Amino acid sequence: MIFFQYLVNGLILGGLYACIATGFSLVWGVLSIINILHGSFIVLGAYIGIFSYTMLGIHPFVSVITAGIVLGALGYVVQLGIINRVVAQSVLVTLILTFGLELMMNNAMLVAFTADYRKVILEKSLGVLEIGNVFIAMDRAVATVIAFVLIFLLWLLMRLTSIGRAIVAVRFDREAASLMGIDVKKTYAITFALGGAMAGAAGSLMSVSFPISPLSGPLFLSKAFVICILGGVGSVPGAALGGLIFGMLESFGAVFFGAEYALTLAFIVLIILLLVRPHGLLGVKGF
Amino acid sequence: MTALLELKNVSRSFGGVKAVRDVSLTLQPGQIVGLIGPNGAGKSTLVNVITGVHPATAGEILHNGEPIQNLKPFQISARGIARTFQVVQPFPSMTVVENVMAGAMFAAGVMSMTEARAVAMEHLTFTGLAAQADRPANQLTLANRKRLELAKSLAMNPHILMLDEVNAGLNTAEINQALDLIRAIAARGISIVIIEHLLKVVTGLCSRIVVLHHGELIADDATADVINDPRVIEAYLGSRFAERQMVRHD
Amino acid sequence: MTKAQTQFLLLIVGAAVLLLLPVMSGNYTLRLATIMMMYATLAMAWNFIGGFTGYPSFGIAAFFGLGAYAGAVVQARGVPVVLAWAFAIVIGSLFAYALGLILLRLRGHAFAIATLVIAEVLRELTNGMTDLTGGGMGLNLPFFGWGPDALGRFFFYAMFALAAITLATTYIVAHSRLGFGLNCIKQNEDAADIVGINTTRYKIIAFTLSGGFAAAAGGLYASWTGYIEPSDVYDILFSIKPILMVLLGGMGTIFGPALGAVVFLVLDEIVWRNFLQLHTGILGLLIVILILFLPAGVLSFDWRALLKKKVSAT
Repeated sequence: MIFFQYLVNGLILGGLYACIATGFSLVWGVLSIINILHGSFIVLGAYIGIFSYTMLGIHPFVSVITAGIVLGALGYVVQLGIINRVVAQSVLVTLILTFGLELMMNNAMLVAFTADYRKVILEKSLGVLEIGNVFIAMDRAVATVIAFVLIFLLWLLMRLTSIGRAIVAVRFDREAASLMGIDVKKTYAITFALGGAMAGAAGSLMSVSFPISPLSGPLFLSKAFVICILGGVGSVPGAALGGLIFGMLESFGAVFFGAEYALTLAFIVLIILLLVRPHGLLGVKGF
Repeated sequence: MTALLELKNVSRSFGGVKAVRDVSLTLQPGQIVGLIGPNGAGKSTLVNVITGVHPATAGEILHNGEPIQNLKPFQISARGIARTFQVVQPFPSMTVVENVMAGAMFAAGVMSMTEARAVAMEHLTFTGLAAQADRPANQLTLANRKRLELAKSLAMNPHILMLDEVNAGLNTAEINQALDLIRAIAARGISIVIIEHLLKVVTGLCSRIVVLHHGELIADDATADVINDPRVIEAYLGSRFAERQMVRHD
Repeated sequence: MTKAQTQFLLLIVGAAVLLLLPVMSGNYTLRLATIMMMYATLAMAWNFIGGFTGYPSFGIAAFFGLGAYAGAVVQARGVPVVLAWAFAIVIGSLFAYALGLILLRLRGHAFAIATLVIAEVLRELTNGMTDLTGGGMGLNLPFFGWGPDALGRFFFYAMFALAAITLATTYIVAHSRLGFGLNCIKQNEDAADIVGINTTRYKIIAFTLSGGFAAAAGGLYASWTGYIEPSDVYDILFSIKPILMVLLGGMGTIFGPALGAVVFLVLDEIVWRNFLQLHTGILGLLIVILILFLPAGVLSFDWRALLKKKVSAT
């Protein structure tokens, strides 16, 4: 049945979107920063995937690790060196700052990689699995599984490690956390690094499925926004859920309205939800 | 005669929790009523329900015989029902006089700014804040910020004023000054509902006391009767103390 | 002479110099001045919701783009240019009003993000509605049939009129109950509600003013350039630059946004001329530097000084 095909498409998209949104959501929730750089982080992650494959023959699924490390390090440095200086200021100031950084990074990527769209074309593709009438592109499916594994790892990290506990403590009460001996600025930098790492990893995963250019950044970013509000800000499971909802909307919405209206559709759903629940969804107000 | 304010079986729940349940009471012009009860009894919630901040989930609220339970806070303010907050709510970087002007301009409908300023200055003089008129509100001491709340509420030209713990955090001298101020306000013919968890503050001020406990109204009577009511004593001090009191009364 | 009188005098001198510009200078200067007045309008438009009300709107690009397309679409179908602008204003204001009803329930970050996404959504819709808008190919507007000099002058005066009306509106709002109420909302929305301010209505008015003026600027821009495309007019930079200009000039002030626009565009122009390929990158660097080194005092507007002035004048 065609319904199941769209369901599978939605799930596969949703996993990747969830991965895009978790990092963004984490940074928003903990640092109260809307990181406009997030879109370009994803794009750079994708380029690491692409070039590792074309130049060194490393599979993009392996490059997830390098992309995560590189973007994590970049995030750490950016937060520690620049964003921390204004982190306590209003959303106007922090958002514009990350936008300025985004302009720099985007311009650098345009000069380095040009605006052409690129994608990894695997020599040894995993092919297509056919169950009944449902076709599953296995490369994409594996990418989605990896995405969920990454989200799960992040969730574990938040719950089980001392870093995770420090992040949660800072999120709930910066002052108290600081009195307890937690280095707030360093915790911020680590959080931002985790956000960057998730973005980079997501980018590398996406390089197998989607053509990417430096111009793709804003669209990824907009999707991350909407997913975050759908799922609830600052919550890892929330972002995962929001990503899945968004994937489904995009998959099923494409049937009725055409694929080009994915964001519009999600935004309308968001507005309807806001009308029904005036104070926002799962925790928009608090974090 | 229709009551100034009448609550009929008013309830308010948050999620599954009923913070105010089935409260009925009336307020007559010129009264000073004490609204007391232990912490968490639903006193502030009841004020929020009346002022429309957290609308009632059930029941009816009549003001001069007209239902107001579906009105928004700004509409209720414009009808002459004003309140102060337990945690003071100034406009922090506006001056003291501007804070008071806001009440005159919007709730009381004074159209010109010059006139609003004049009205505001009157209320500042009345509350003893005239000297601070041009300082930013966030530079005031706590006692003065509470006075500012009073002045702002008075500028709204209310006939009902609900005071939510105006004395919390004040020392004895400051409390006495505040009580004098409240008496002076009442003398102007404004009905006052004063919320307190300290019994002794209200006994000297109110002729009538309403007691809330776990969101329910457990007593509504003349002051002397209420403070000897065993249920009230129990709510406040626990059952053992109440028993002892009963024995002594017997 | 009081400060208010000085300001008024400076305003008259500035306006006179501007109005003489078309007679005295070449097309390049005229073009630059037109752009400056357009951005001054956008900055003042943002100031209604962002500066006076304290709501971090990132929606100027959406209203600007919508105004540009609304005007261009009807103009391309033969509607006279001035009517097309009026149409742009109506559409922009109505859209802002409807959106405000919903989005102004949000505060802080959620509001910021929601307004930011609107431009992306409109871009997507504009791209999709090829029949109406020409989609990604863009939209050509009918040629005026005038020489470049006459055209330059016409749009210079039109933009001057728009900026002047926006400035006058700003002045009126700042000195009215509306401005006072918006300031109350900015400082403490719950208290504003209790003090008797219809906060929903006030916020929607501010948001609608913001949307209407931005759409007007978009409508003028479309017929001035003669060609628009979605990625151009819905550029997020149209949302960011006006905010920077207001931050530079002073939030919630009357003349700040316009002054900030001039200062920012001078910087921008210098960057443009010297670093064509790296223009956006250098612009980003400029933004980062401005944000990191903007004095904190710029961000809080001194309402008291204004009020005192008002009272002593009456």
